[in-house]
Amino acid sequence: MKFLINDISYDLELDSRTSLLDLLRDQLSLYGSKKGCNQGACGACTVLVDGERINSCLALAVQYQGRAITTVEGLGTVGDLHPLQKAFVEHDGFQCGYCTPGQLCSAIGMMAEAERGMPSNVTADLRADRVILNHEELRERMSGNLCRCGAYNGIIDAIAGTYASQTAKETA
Amino acid sequence: MTPFAYHLAQDVPSAVALARQPRTVRFLGGGTNLVDLMRETIEQPEVLVDVTGLSTDITATSDGGVRIGAAAKNSAVAADRHIRERFPMLALALLSGASGQIRNMATVGGNILQRTRCGYFYDRAARCNKRQPGAGCDAIDGLNRNHAVLGASPACVATHPSDMCVALAALDAIVHVQGPEAARTVALADLHRLPGERPDIEHVLGPDELIVAVEIPGLPFAAASTYRKVRDRSSYAFALVSVAAALDIEDGLVRDVRLALGGVAHKPWRAWKAEALLRGAPATQANFQAAAGAELADAIGLRDNGFKIELARRTIAAVLANLANQTGARA
Repeated sequence: MKFLINDISYDLELDSRTSLLDLLRDQLSLYGSKKGCNQGACGACTVLVDGERINSCLALAVQYQGRAITTVEGLGTVGDLHPLQKAFVEHDGFQCGYCTPGQLCSAIGMMAEAERGMPSNVTADLRADRVILNHEELRERMSGNLCRCGAYNGIIDAIAGTYASQTAKETA
Repeated sequence: MTPFAYHLAQDVPSAVALARQPRTVRFLGGGTNLVDLMRETIEQPEVLVDVTGLSTDITATSDGGVRIGAAAKNSAVAADRHIRERFPMLALALLSGASGQIRNMATVGGNILQRTRCGYFYDRAARCNKRQPGAGCDAIDGLNRNHAVLGASPACVATHPSDMCVALAALDAIVHVQGPEAARTVALADLHRLPGERPDIEHVLGPDELIVAVEIPGLPFAAASTYRKVRDRSSYAFALVSVAAALDIEDGLVRDVRLALGGVAHKPWRAWKAEALLRGAPATQANFQAAAGAELADAIGLRDNGFKIELARRTIAAVLANLANQTGARA
């Protein structure tokens, strides 16, 4: 089976039962994505597939052949952090860091959804073309990622700050 | 997880042909429920036929309705411009379900055929008639706060967990099914079964019948419809009670109404009794309450879930009152 992960191609022999998360961790030693609950409840395994966030624990790897998969390892490097990673550091968006890779991937997918005008369950006007990502929207849209340390306020601040500077750049 | 053979279906005929064999076959959508069930060995298919490559199209139909390919993702349906404008209850139901990640994976067909989240169904050490017919039910005298108050049986008190299906039931959605011999349609409201003595048989589809699309007929007054979901936390939780509703009022009278409930039964619960009482009646709070009361008249509470009965009554009346106020404000 052929996979494209963080812009690197892999050709692997794989049992059809292997989840995308187990492929990442056990076969490729990409330990950033975490196995928290292994049933889609915690979001620590969140990765991006063609830019869309999914739970890699519930994904059979066989279904994701040939798709562009991005994990936290593909976002930035220690010397060159992704802007959202920098914001998490600045805003104390974590304590233990276990949920952070999933939070980062989820937030990047979520911001892209908002850019496309995707409404949420708390969007006042379902017909609106533009989404205003206030804190209520961010909390709703990030509800698939749990943080047992309770760093939610920092996480929301980090995402809000990153989104604001990203959209400011686009409109400049 | 039990080993299985995997096939990626290229089209509907080959998907249905692949499903026709003596081994246990399941169609695979996003896997968000099936993979979990396979990991717990509650589902042990020998063959998976991946149908995520089939139609994801969402197209407006000539009668003002919409046709949705069964492989469309929950997020794509919720984001669709036509659905947001004409059937907001459906967009809201989808957006109130699961998480952003799961909505990006889950398909429409898989959402319809997802299985109950009853804890005893998932616990192989517990008795469950749905998992093992005739074994008994540990939920009836157990932790049953999330369980059914309508249409349950001595064999099973589980609920259907879908939000989307509640809106589809209210909207008279038609499910297009392809079998090995022929295609047919089933009303969404008739697709799921009440548990009776065979809670293991959850719907009327055969094992080699594939859901290919869902069609919602045009319904102009659904443009002001809504979906309200009551749950233990405000996001990413299953419904205790949910209400999908659309209300058409003219000169103070209910000209037409669509009403369905979630979280209360083994299937999405179309509130036929309440609808019949409301049609032609004055659109008053008293009538909304009376209709809600009639719909819940046969409800039976278990040890922990009796609160759902009053909660459902109040939620129905409140949602209808809100819709009536909006309609009044627009007139």
